[in-house]
Amino acid sequence: MTGIPHDLRDTEVDRDTVERRLAETWRTRRGFWGAIATVDHKIIGRRYIVTAFVFLLLGGVLGLLMRWQLATPEGRALGPDLYNQVFTMHGANMMFLFAVPVMEAMAVYLVPLMVGTRNIAFPRLNAFSYWIYLAGGLLLWVAFALDMGPDIGWFGYVPLSGPQYAPGKRADIWAQMITFTEIAALAVAVEIVVTVFKQRAPGMTLDRIPLFVWAMLVTSFIVMLAMPAIMVGSTSLILDRLVGTHFFNPAEGGDVLLWQHLFWFFGHPEVYIIFLPATGMISSMLPAFVRRPVFGYLALVLSMVTIGILSFGLWVHHMFTTGLPRLGESFFTASSMAIAVPAGVQIFCWIATLWDGRPVFRTPFLFILAFFFTFVLGGMTGVMVASVPLDTQVHDTYFVVAHFHYVLIGGAVFPLLGAVYYWYPKIVGRMMSERLGRWVAGLIFVGFNLAFFPMHILGLQGMPRRVYTYQADLPWGPLNMFVSLSSLMLAAGFLLFFIDAVRSARSGPPAGDNPWDSPSLEWATTSPPPPYNFARIPVVTGPSPLWENRDELPVASGLRLDRREIVITSVADAVPEARESSPRDSLWPFWAALTTSVLLIGSIFSPWAVVWGSIPVAIALIGWFWPKGTPEDEA
Amino acid sequence: MRLRHLIVSVLLPLAAGGCAGSQSALDPQGPNAASLAWLIGAFTIVCGIVWLLVMIVVGVALLRRRGAAEPADTPLAEDPGRERRKGAVVLAAVLATVVIVTGLTVISYLATHSLTAASGEPLVVRLRGYQWWWEVTYTSPSPDRFVTSANEIRVPVGRPVRLELSAADVIHSFWVPSLAGKQDLIPGRDNQLTFTAERPGIYRAQCAEFCGVQHARMALVVVALPPDEFAAWLDGQLRDAATPANEEEAAGREVASGKACAACHTIRGTPAAGTLGPDLTHVASRQTIAAGTLPTTRGSLAAWIADPQGVKPGNKMPMVPLSADELRAVSAYMASLK
Repeated sequence: MTGIPHDLRDTEVDRDTVERRLAETWRTRRGFWGAIATVDHKIIGRRYIVTAFVFLLLGGVLGLLMRWQLATPEGRALGPDLYNQVFTMHGANMMFLFAVPVMEAMAVYLVPLMVGTRNIAFPRLNAFSYWIYLAGGLLLWVAFALDMGPDIGWFGYVPLSGPQYAPGKRADIWAQMITFTEIAALAVAVEIVVTVFKQRAPGMTLDRIPLFVWAMLVTSFIVMLAMPAIMVGSTSLILDRLVGTHFFNPAEGGDVLLWQHLFWFFGHPEVYIIFLPATGMISSMLPAFVRRPVFGYLALVLSMVTIGILSFGLWVHHMFTTGLPRLGESFFTASSMAIAVPAGVQIFCWIATLWDGRPVFRTPFLFILAFFFTFVLGGMTGVMVASVPLDTQVHDTYFVVAHFHYVLIGGAVFPLLGAVYYWYPKIVGRMMSERLGRWVAGLIFVGFNLAFFPMHILGLQGMPRRVYTYQADLPWGPLNMFVSLSSLMLAAGFLLFFIDAVRSARSGPPAGDNPWDSPSLEWATTSPPPPYNFARIPVVTGPSPLWENRDELPVASGLRLDRREIVITSVADAVPEARESSPRDSLWPFWAALTTSVLLIGSIFSPWAVVWGSIPVAIALIGWFWPKGTPEDEA
Repeated sequence: MRLRHLIVSVLLPLAAGGCAGSQSALDPQGPNAASLAWLIGAFTIVCGIVWLLVMIVVGVALLRRRGAAEPADTPLAEDPGRERRKGAVVLAAVLATVVIVTGLTVISYLATHSLTAASGEPLVVRLRGYQWWWEVTYTSPSPDRFVTSANEIRVPVGRPVRLELSAADVIHSFWVPSLAGKQDLIPGRDNQLTFTAERPGIYRAQCAEFCGVQHARMALVVVALPPDEFAAWLDGQLRDAATPANEEEAAGREVASGKACAACHTIRGTPAAGTLGPDLTHVASRQTIAAGTLPTTRGSLAAWIADPQGVKPGNKMPMVPLSADELRAVSAYMASLK
């Protein structure tokens, strides 16, 4: 530090100067290249969230197309080939391009604010992550528009996805899209873990971390442990297809069930990668609407950690009909049922929070109530499918379709929509409409249950999943028509939600810093937050900082104004350890993402793309990491 | 036993049957499916009660403090004694969850056991999945009594049937919900499924694992017959194809053996000996053609042969160019292959 002439600290000047100088230091340059180069977690987070919701909209349209086709027996809206592309796209899009990224996107925006720091850890990696995610999404959708959309199911079972039965490039596009989204997700996971461990505001000890942040921490570890399995799987599949390896070819000593193990070793934790952040959102939103801190903080944290660990012991329940040894299957029945216990702990703690609360029925709270109704029901059917014998009747039927939509829409999308209504004022600076919000919540809740509950019955009545049509003499017609009509109501709710979100950005009433009188740190700054998040880093003295310090938060000072600096604190007790510089804006992450995308997409067509494509990637990475003598290299 | 009847009678109204044969887990026609229906009922009732209790408690929690105090006064005021009591209640609820979940695990385990306790010498039938049809081979202790058929399994009532499941190309799954749970047919692996039909009848089955473009049209029927009828039918199946009864059928046989048909299909007693497609020796004795796509009539046979890609787009049977007379003749011949 010594020897730098202009070491301007925030202790030396008044607040106005502090804010002016910080804004100067942290701002994103105007113009196109400034926008490309930014590493501000708020701008990237916003992009991430908007992109994910665009994919939700597109995926929803695919869902409606499927319902159009299935409304009547022998429907002729989509042919079998297009239907198979549509249902594959719907699943892959919703899981890989919407559900996981949107949760990470919310975390990219919120976690640094909630832990009281000025940017996410590894902000350039964060920018890289977004560009890679965008490229993966574009790859999938452009391919679909060119009639090259994958048609092998979102799970891509071999041999159907293998070289022999999936000619053309459709399966490769699916497998490579996975590579893109996995890279993006792994990058964000690493950033979140480091941000939470090392950048928490002074005083934010482990037992004062907001529960959404805890949820994201656990989720990030699940991502880091689960995603490598699918990357091994999809890479082996690409190798089987591209260069003729035989990982999954039984005729050459490969094994088709190996794919299912790899896929579900990732695929089941995936559900919790989506669900845990949603529970974190509930735990973090609930206090504002019941006017008291959440009950059972420690129990909630421990149950999230338990779910995270157990989630790796359940994958075989997706394979109960493959003829695995019975003793093994019984073990997985027990472990699948066991996860109901930590999930139950969370539900009971929230109910105990409600019990002495003074409920304020605003839109986010309505979504939380919709979550209770729907998710608990989905949990119950989850217990049913955990039973091996029972699962042999409902596996791969509409019962399972109903079950996982209850868990994923009820358990994750409802809290997410609530979270959008809740954090929108922080992100945009304006409130969403309370009047429209009630309609949105009502239409989505009623429409969802009308559309998906009958699917349980359809499944028990023998209707398998992933069929593009069914015959008129089967008894499924009336219920399918009912489901399809109800899906329009659900769609109307989502449409209204999008209208509200777009309209409120221009005309919503100004929000102020803390419109819900919430207790956590993200509400301690302006809405939307300035580029530097906090003029002075807050010091945390309890689990509900804004309720404990009604007048003014204690702050830490001593950071430099003339370069991007953040406070590094210790992992357990959040004791300040050091000032560290945070990277400036850079175009290199964009170039690195672009060259990586060219390599990955090129490799679908020729293995040589890996050889030649790695040269520009290497150039971009060298540029990215080249020592430039800039301040961040001196810390 | 009374409970079982109660549960089944609650679920039965949901189990509407179609005229294609029953295909519903709620309409059990054999002991396996019956114990599964019982299990579904038991789980539904227990889980339904738990769900209802949780909803009631949520409802009470919301209503009891409505309008109690104005918001925002002291959100941090907590009574430690009260919090402790709530902790005890939460703990009790968690313990109740553990007990319920353990109970359900045990019932589930016992149900698995009862499913595998079949008695009697089973009839062994090999079922092989193809994109998008089923090859059915009836085995026998004497190899000359093996019979190959397709897209329909006939079984004797009251005798256990053991299906030996294999797949020729991709993964399929055999599911006849009114008789048993499903089991996958996986390339490179051998699976088994044992079930018993208790009553004569037609039970529809369908592929349950996504297997490509025509996954939706990969069905078959299980026809349960009284044992003596089954034995007579099996004897009939052992015979070669019926000889043409008139000139038109004879001309049809010429077409079937001379044209591309014979490259994929076998008609025993004729030169047609292909093995890529279903055995047609007794095709007209089966309920459906094209794996449950159409009922077997002379008209539907003609429609199928004339334009297989129009009836079942993407399936592996090519359109073989035939003149009108050839088409008439070959469909008449097919319709005669009882």
